[in-house]
Formats: sequence, C-alpha cells, structure tokens
Amino acid sequence: MEQFDDMYTDLIMEHSMNSPNKKNIDSPTCSLKGHNPNCGDEIELEVKLDGDKIEDMSFVGHGCAISQSSTSIMIDTLRGKTLTEAKNIIAIFLKMIRRESLTNEEKDLLKDSIAFENISNMPARVKCVELAWRTLDDMLNKKNI
Amino acid sequence: MNDYKNDFPLLKDSNIIYLDSGATSQKPLCVIDAEDEFYKKYNANPYRGAYDLSVKATSKYNEARHEVAKFLNSKYDEEIIFTKNATEALNLIAYTYGLDNLQQNDKVVLSIMEHHSNLVPWQKISKQKNAKLEYMYINKNFELDKEEIDKKITKGTKVVGILSVSNVLGTINDIEYIIKKAHSVGAKVVVDISQSIAHMPFDVQKTDADFVVFSGHKMYGPLGIGVLYGKKELLENMSPFLMGGDMIEYVYEQSTTYAPLPHKFEAGTQNVAGAVGLMTAIKYIQSIGYQTIESIEKAISNYAYSELSKLPYIELYCPKDETKRSEVISFNMKGIHPHDVSTMLDFSHICIRAGNHCAQPLMRYLGIDSTCRISFSFYNTKEDVDNLVIALKGIYSKFEKYIKVAK
Repeated sequence: MEQFDDMYTDLIMEHSMNSPNKKNIDSPTCSLKGHNPNCGDEIELEVKLDGDKIEDMSFVGHGCAISQSSTSIMIDTLRGKTLTEAKNIIAIFLKMIRRESLTNEEKDLLKDSIAFENISNMPARVKCVELAWRTLDDMLNKKNI
Repeated sequence: MNDYKNDFPLLKDSNIIYLDSGATSQKPLCVIDAEDEFYKKYNANPYRGAYDLSVKATSKYNEARHEVAKFLNSKYDEEIIFTKNATEALNLIAYTYGLDNLQQNDKVVLSIMEHHSNLVPWQKISKQKNAKLEYMYINKNFELDKEEIDKKITKGTKVVGILSVSNVLGTINDIEYIIKKAHSVGAKVVVDISQSIAHMPFDVQKTDADFVVFSGHKMYGPLGIGVLYGKKELLENMSPFLMGGDMIEYVYEQSTTYAPLPHKFEAGTQNVAGAVGLMTAIKYIQSIGYQTIESIEKAISNYAYSELSKLPYIELYCPKDETKRSEVISFNMKGIHPHDVSTMLDFSHICIRAGNHCAQPLMRYLGIDSTCRISFSFYNTKEDVDNLVIALKGIYSKFEKYIKVAK
C-alpha cells in the first residue's frame, strides 16, 4: 500500500478528519456552495473580507477525504492573502493538478497544498481535489475582483 | 481460479479483480470475435442494398432480432426494437407512449429504487402533461412490500415503472405481482431488467409485461446495443420516436407515413455489429445455462454478504433474506467515504463502484450520499471476495487512527 501513503498522507488525513477550519465564522462577507453531483461531495465556503484581504475563511460540508482535506488546506493557504494573490495561487494549484510544471516560486506559494501533487496522477479524483478551489475561484470571478 | 475467467480476455491472466459487473460486464472472446467477424465478412448497410452483401447484413440483423425474441419468449420478432441502450429504450417509451396517453391528473407510479433512466424521463413527461408522479417506498429490509404496492398502484394509475432488480440494493422485486396489480387498475408496466438479465431469465409472456428494456453491455454483450420489448398492439399504436431514414413508408413534402414494426422505431442505420454481438452473448449465456450461473453467483454473493457482515465497521444496504437479493451488495465503511474506499481498493487492483449509482432519490430516502457497491458475475470467485475483505481490513487499519480522534 505504498500508494496509500503517497496519497493519504498524515497531513491530508488530519485535515480531512479533524479540520480546524470546518466551522461557521461570524458574519462572513460571502458564502458559496460547491458540489460534485456524482459523488455527493458538498461544501459551503464562508469568506470574511477586510478590504481586499481574506481575513478569515471556513467551510462546512461533507465528502471524501480528498475533497474535505483539500478545502481545509486551501483555507490555510489563502488566509491573509489579498484577492489578487488568492486568484494567482488558485491558478497555480489548478496548473499543478493539470500536471503542468511549476517554478520553485510557484511551489512555495502553494505551501501545504503541494501535498496534493500526487492526486494529479489519479484522473478519477481530480474533481474531488479541485472542488473547493473551483468554488472559490467562481466566487472571486463573480465578484469581478 | 475459475475456468470461466478464461473466456474473458481482459480477466484471463490478469491481476484485475473485477467486482463491477453491475456497471458493465466483461466481454467473452466469442462476443468480441462475433463483432469482429461481422465487420470482416458481412458489413454493409442492412435493408438498403439490393446486392448480396447487404442482404447478408440484413439477414444477420434479423437473426439477432429473432434470437432476442426467443430469449425473452416474445410472440413476434417485431416486438423487439433495438436501441442504443436501456436509457434510450426508456426515453422512447416515455416520449411516445407516455406523451400520447397520459392525461392531466393521471398517475405515474415508480419505485424509489428506480435508476435515473426510468425516473427522469417520467418526471419530464408528467410535468408536461400535468400528470402526478408518485413513488413506492421500500421498507426497513430494503424491500418493496405488497402493502406499499397495493397502496400506490390504484385507480387513476396509467404507467408503472419498476426495475426487476435494484442496481443499488440488489433487491429482487416481485414483478409478476406488480404487473397483476397494475393491470387490475388498467395501468401499463415498464420493466427495466438491465440489472437482472445477466443473472436470471425473463419471460415477457409469463409475466405479461407491457414494456421491457435492457442494455446488452450488462449481459456480456457489446456497448451501444440495447433492447426494447413492447406488446405488438401497444407498439403499433404508438407514435414514432426518432424520425429519419428507414422508419418511413412514404415521405411527401408536407407529410409522412411510417414503416411497420419494428422499423418504425429504428430510424437511421443501426448498430448491426452490436446486435450480432448481443445475439452471441445470449448464446453464450445459454451455453452455460442460467441455472449454473445462478448457483455460482448465489454462492459467491452469499459468501461475500456473510464475510462483510463479520466486519463491525461495515454497514450493508441489501435485503437480509438471500432469496430477495441478487448479485449486488451495497455497503459503507464507517467514517470512510466510498470514493476513498474505491481509490484504495484500486491500489489492490480491485474494481468496485462508488457513488450514488444513478439513484439519487433512493440515496436521499436512505439518508446517505453514496455507497460502495460490489456486483458479481459467474466469472468471480470466492478468492476475489477474500481479496476484497483483506483489502478492506487494510484500509480500515490505515484510517482507524484518524477516525478515532474524529469528533
């Protein structure tokens, strides 16, 4: 089960089962639901903005270990970033999942989210790992930021 | 090792443990060869050419239709319509019979177990015709009991949609009872036998079913070929579904008359190689015999049921009574999402289905999002089940430490 350890790392498992980001936040600026109808993964992201900065973010929902941990780790990665920085990091993450090569600077920006690099080898799970990132991206694009 | 695996090139000498035959079965070499042979020796457009090759292609296609008719014990060959799959056949019924016959406030009654393919088309047509759509719900044993059937199929019911075996729960429905009940109130019954036809025979005359559909690919046939059976008098009075070549008699600038059965429902050039492959699959099933198939599969699925029951972290979603369940077993591992289970089983080359199995209303009724589903064929072995159980134990031991601390 070597592949198990490559994919379901301690970090991913902890975030999927015991995420500190899985909660509601007080008076969020906006929230958006994302779901994968085929597997029933559902998340709702809550974002609290301070000007153009993501002051805090959280999520509620349910789904597989990959979708839930990816949501939680994304929140850790993007908390405190400006909206422009967040959009850039989302683009880098999606690029990684598409198996395009990243520069070292780009890898640094991903922080813990780099843990999902191996998922890019599993086409069947790409939707799970992308769910939160695409949902937030939609939210940011709708706001025309 | 099971000798039947040798009939299937994909499984022979392979490390794949295929437990997803409910989604699509593997194909025996004879079926693959039959399609291949059609293209090599008989390929021409059937019913079109006056030359010998086209006549041969036509005769192969008719032979396939005749074989399906015998297989289902239908009275007339023209009661068999070839489609792309069961979904297309179900849409054909809803868009022709349903649209032509449903009136405001008529009832369409479906089981909550229906696959989306026998549910979504009826939803659309019912809305369009202002008809009511009602559901027969399952009891605690995941079965449809007679009380529920009697309660829902009542005066005013015009169409009943029912699957012979649930693709999620494995529940075997009492089709004969449902048909008798439906006929007693003047309703027509659409039976989806996609999940049962690889495992048990179906007799359209004995059951008196009005419409029957199945996909070839779940019963060892090729992808892209399905069957609609309809009683002749019903089909003859129905409007055509798809319009185009070969389904017509005379076409004028402003009007058209239609061809007789079965051509009225087979517009355009048909999947003749698929029909020939399906005919070969039928002959393959018959060469083994349903009795043999059922006894092998029953033993494996009962063994799987009992082995899975021993694992305390597994919840099963299928009837306890083995006479009420077919070769499908749905389960969940406590604290682990089915997609994670499926991915991890894949690491051990075990193929299972995870998700909502095209039955979202059923999932919602059960209060879950998805399940893991294993489904068997006679090419599976007890060893396959043992490997599955070993892998599931391994998965749980990996997840256990995280689950324990979960809130």
